[in-house]
Amino acid sequence: MIRSFGLIDVMYLLAAARWTVALTATAFTGAALIGLLIAVGRILPFAPLRWLMAVYTHVIQGTPLLVWLFLIFFGLPVLGISVNPWLAAAAAFSIYGSAFLGEIWRGALESVPRTQWEAGASLGLSLGEQLRYVIVPQSIRIAVPPTIGFLVQLIKNTSLAATIGFVELTREGQLTAASTFQPFAVYLTVAGLYFLMCFPLTQWSRSLERKLDAAR
Amino acid sequence: MRYGLQFRDVFAAWESFLDGIWTTLTLSAAAMVGGLAIGVACAAGRVYGPPFLRGLIGGYVELIRNTPLLVQLFLVFFGLPSLGVRLDGLTAAIITLVINLGAYTTEIVRAGLEAVPKAQIEAGHSLGLSGLQVFRYVVIFPALQTMFPALASQFVLLMLATSVASQISVEDLFHAASIVQSRTFRDFEVYIVIGALYLALAFLFRGVFAAVHHLVFVRR
Repeated sequence: MIRSFGLIDVMYLLAAARWTVALTATAFTGAALIGLLIAVGRILPFAPLRWLMAVYTHVIQGTPLLVWLFLIFFGLPVLGISVNPWLAAAAAFSIYGSAFLGEIWRGALESVPRTQWEAGASLGLSLGEQLRYVIVPQSIRIAVPPTIGFLVQLIKNTSLAATIGFVELTREGQLTAASTFQPFAVYLTVAGLYFLMCFPLTQWSRSLERKLDAAR
Repeated sequence: MRYGLQFRDVFAAWESFLDGIWTTLTLSAAAMVGGLAIGVACAAGRVYGPPFLRGLIGGYVELIRNTPLLVQLFLVFFGLPSLGVRLDGLTAAIITLVINLGAYTTEIVRAGLEAVPKAQIEAGHSLGLSGLQVFRYVVIFPALQTMFPALASQFVLLMLATSVASQISVEDLFHAASIVQSRTFRDFEVYIVIGALYLALAFLFRGVFAAVHHLVFVRR
């Protein structure tokens, strides 16, 4: 017998939404670690490193996320490296996110005037110290709103993990739609749950941006 | 286990890739034209329209921008038939992509419209131009010029995002990957090639947009 879409299914969807959050958190952490290296690598005065980081960014921003997901999940086992959906999704989203966070943070770092570096240097600070004590603290304020904006992108993009069978919100939605035969109600609920996760962040990012504008 | 990369069988299936590229380009072109039209109309409504219209457009933009494209696609392709609207995959994908891109474009064009100095609009009015004429001859062109880089990168992101349409069995470039994969079992090579093809398309798009920018905005 086909059951109809009811409260119990919404509870299941909510439970699956926890995996969306977990995947987003893991991917964001991974992306932030790699992204930081890329952002710093692209502003340091070592040309080969800058080029390498630029190529990395362009390649990842020029390919769909699905390709990375499938390359890791279906491609690596062929080479003898077995991966489960969770690991594949976490890796793919970390790689994908690192290129975007790297770009955002590079922009923030570059927005600090050149003279600030020179001021640091004239005080006898090393390159690392200039970055740590002078440049980064000033660029964080600029970097936060777009970073939260990207977090929203990441939450939405984790829905693609459903395509490799990772049971997060969208995949649970597919399963529920298949068992209740009420896809419209199910996907509307799924979309609503994503909205509840993303909209507060969007508003937060926007209000921070406005504060930044007022401070200028 | 030792594994030798072997691309011959994958390259032998170049016709599948070519068909896929054509569909991807069709999807992207349709979405860009439709999305830009919706974006310009909604941005104008959002900036100059009555409060009721502004709220409506604001709601549309927020709903679309805060939900995943994949879920929107499922809603249109799997959800609408239960309301009696049955669409084939390609139509459903184009409709979803247009609605999706329209929301992002609205925000971008709106920022462009708001960046046009008020004095320009007043100058237009004082010359006796109607509201529509001011929009057509004074406002929209500089607004699009200001926002062109943002629009171009949004369009490139859209082209990459059309790969999601493969999940409702639209036979685009990404779908070609699964066909070739099931024929050759060369998963790793297939997705490397597909990635490279998308990268080439992204470069092509950027080149075309740079040329358009030059022809439309710089040479005048």
